[in-house]
Amino acid sequence: MNTASVSLGASVSSQSRFVQLALAAFLGVFVMGFVGFSHIDAVHNAAHDYRHSMGFPCH
Amino acid sequence: MTLFRNVVFIAAIAGLVAGVVLACMQAFATVPLILKAEVYEQAGGGHTHDHIAANTTDANAMSRAEPGEAAVPEDEGWAPADGFERFTFNVVANVVTGIGFALILVAASEFAGGIGNWRQGVFWGFAGFAVFTLAPNLGLPPELPAMPAADLSQRQIWWTATVVVTAAGLGLLAFRKSLPLAVIAVALIVAPHIVGAPQPDSFESPIPERLHHQFVVAVTLTNLAFWLVLGAVVGLVRGRLSGTATGLRDSLA
Repeated sequence: MNTASVSLGASVSSQSRFVQLALAAFLGVFVMGFVGFSHIDAVHNAAHDYRHSMGFPCH
Repeated sequence: MTLFRNVVFIAAIAGLVAGVVLACMQAFATVPLILKAEVYEQAGGGHTHDHIAANTTDANAMSRAEPGEAAVPEDEGWAPADGFERFTFNVVANVVTGIGFALILVAASEFAGGIGNWRQGVFWGFAGFAVFTLAPNLGLPPELPAMPAADLSQRQIWWTATVVVTAAGLGLLAFRKSLPLAVIAVALIVAPHIVGAPQPDSFESPIPERLHHQFVVAVTLTNLAFWLVLGAVVGLVRGRLSGTATGLRDSLA
């Protein structure tokens, strides 16, 4: 798409780049999973309206 | 860890902005419908979530979670008080998961070269909308309280699998210039809908069809706006962070 794009961490090696991006994505999945999918009652109740409003499986 | 730090920084700003925007839209568009549905839920015998008990005779019963879990009514325990407290928790949930979605969006887009400007961000946001809202909601339409639904864990598994294969399919379509891979991509996107989402035993619902339809439209549109704002803000913040060169040079088409 854009070959000359400015990268966010231009100096990092490609392996370290992969690890850092994967870590960030994993953190995102974890946060989303905890708020949206956790079976803990208190978490479910706190985020109840959110889960319904996002079309997440609820109840 | 500069890259990680930058990704988190961008995601935090974008998630905060898009999460607050979504929470405000929900306060007008979806939450009033949820409250209306709860009136029907109370009227229907007062016991909330009774469809869970009905599901123990589900055809998929063998693969469901341990019965003890289903027997416990899920609405017990602490819950935020109606009104301001409930609204506040909804805002917090929106911001926290907004940052979560933003982390996924930024990390995924960095693998593909990064979101250069707000316009590219809108397209990435649209992809996020297709993956996280459109695809799973085709099989599992957004439900209102008291609506019949299949076992929760089964639905969560289907939801997650649909998101993963739809994302993989879109990624293949967008970034691999090969016809066989494009065919596989379409197959991936279609597959979860051929398998089919877990369905409830009975579709009998105390919720009027019109109310539910209104809710589905509200959820879809608010999520669309959320994802477009999220992508656009990622593009704007990233452009600032990585210098003006990106923002000036790039255009998607």
